[in-house]
Amino acid sequence: MRIAPRTTQAIAKGLLLTATASAVGALVFVVGFVLAGGLRHVSWSFLTEPILDMGRAGGIFPAIVGTLLMVLVSVGIAAPLGIASAIYLAEYTREGRLTQTIRFGINCLAGVPSIIFGLFGFILFVNILGLGWSVLSGGLSLAAMILPTVIRTAEEALRSVPTSYRDVAASLGATRWQVVTKSVLPYAIPGILTGVILGIGRSIEETAVVIFTAGSAVQTPTSVFDSARTMAVHFYILAREGISNENAYATAAVLICTILIINTTAYTLMHRLMRGRRAA
Amino acid sequence: MDKLVSRLLLLAACSSAAILALIALFIFKEGVPIMARSGLGAFLLGRDWSPLQGQFGILPFIIGSLCITLGALLIGVPLGVACAVYLAEFSSPRWVNILKPAIELLAGIPSVVYGFLGVMWLAPLIRIRLGGPGLSILAASCVLAIMTLPTIVSISIDALQAVPKSYKQGSLALGATEWQTVWRVLFPAARAGILAGVILGMGRAIGETMAVIMISGNSTAIPHSALDSVRTLTANIAIEMGYATGEHRQALFATGVILFFFIMILNGAALRFARRKF
Repeated sequence: MRIAPRTTQAIAKGLLLTATASAVGALVFVVGFVLAGGLRHVSWSFLTEPILDMGRAGGIFPAIVGTLLMVLVSVGIAAPLGIASAIYLAEYTREGRLTQTIRFGINCLAGVPSIIFGLFGFILFVNILGLGWSVLSGGLSLAAMILPTVIRTAEEALRSVPTSYRDVAASLGATRWQVVTKSVLPYAIPGILTGVILGIGRSIEETAVVIFTAGSAVQTPTSVFDSARTMAVHFYILAREGISNENAYATAAVLICTILIINTTAYTLMHRLMRGRRAA
Repeated sequence: MDKLVSRLLLLAACSSAAILALIALFIFKEGVPIMARSGLGAFLLGRDWSPLQGQFGILPFIIGSLCITLGALLIGVPLGVACAVYLAEFSSPRWVNILKPAIELLAGIPSVVYGFLGVMWLAPLIRIRLGGPGLSILAASCVLAIMTLPTIVSISIDALQAVPKSYKQGSLALGATEWQTVWRVLFPAARAGILAGVILGMGRAIGETMAVIMISGNSTAIPHSALDSVRTLTANIAIEMGYATGEHRQALFATGVILFFFIMILNGAALRFARRKF
């Protein structure tokens, strides 16, 4: 028996719609489950109090400070390095064997699993360089991890700048560096920022790297040489060791809200950029 | 001045490749000696992992990683690709503009949160309904499938939208229904891009650590069914790294070497497919 094409189409559409609904539903469920379980335990004091009794009581202030410091170190290193790489790839060179090698390195680095960055940071920063479990070791390892994200987004942003911008500046006698800093970069900044913000997001959500390179001290870190835990690590320890489900939920809720805010900012920036481009 | 800037930028551009080389160097330096000592075959195919007796066989973990990844793909790929096809071809552009960023936002949810959800909700459900310990291949596969969805959906949508409009118009003009157009024309045309997304999702599944530790049960035995508990390569490293010393620690780095190879092969494949797009 032959089924009419229209019937097949109706069946296919129905199946696809079901799949879409379950995929979106599953993702919404994850967020809803955590927020519903966690938000009611989040209070001002939860955000500002020290971690007491290994996390059974008190708040998550040290973890917030730890997260901030770790992000500062990782982005402080990865952003300049990544943007400089992107400028070189997009503005200073032609495609050739060298750029192929560089690109291969970036693509491979992007695929390396986080646990490998953890092992690497543990051996190089913690042991060989003698930095110990510290915010600095953690931040350096995270910087290596987010570098490809920053480079790729920044390069895309630079490439989307119309060639005429470069031509006009160059025809006025500007050197290449002047062309880049005065004419190309201002136009590409929203796109570059998007990559940096995505990098911040990845640093915040990462657990495996941080736990092996920054340790998991419960004290508030006072310098980058102190061991510290991030919110993600704190949550992992609470949940894995069954210390306090209530505080685990609350930490997860804070974590998810932070990530959602950060990623929404990144996407809004990117969206605005695209719309501006289309209008221009 | 311009020369100097150019040199400095080149130096920065080489940093990624340099970091990759450093990572490979350090992991290999720590991990290769023990593989050489016990023999690569014995290390890869050994069924017995008992560090205290000096037995380092990682076959159960390789099987564990493969099972969980395969399970995640079996669930995640049909769901993700179907979702992408629906959003790219059958829904109104307004929905795509809302749902695609929303799905991509969810890629940023920390993996430990997914793991936690698996422990609190999915594992008990499996234990009660299907039996077994609950923390199992099935539970881990489901959680990883959800985690890889954003990657697969987002890249597949891009691949479908990159197919030239004329393909679709030509097919519709010949009297094909929308579904025939999708199935016979768009899908084959976007295959390479979709496959690249699937492989990237697979890389994420193999490399995932913390969520997997939480919900796979971490038994070192070779599993016999989807309801058995397993340990993956990544989990093996993360669980024992905290207290391992000497040969034991080297064996963990050697596990990292194997993982590194797996990932590099996958990335190579993904890049090859990604290059063959429109």
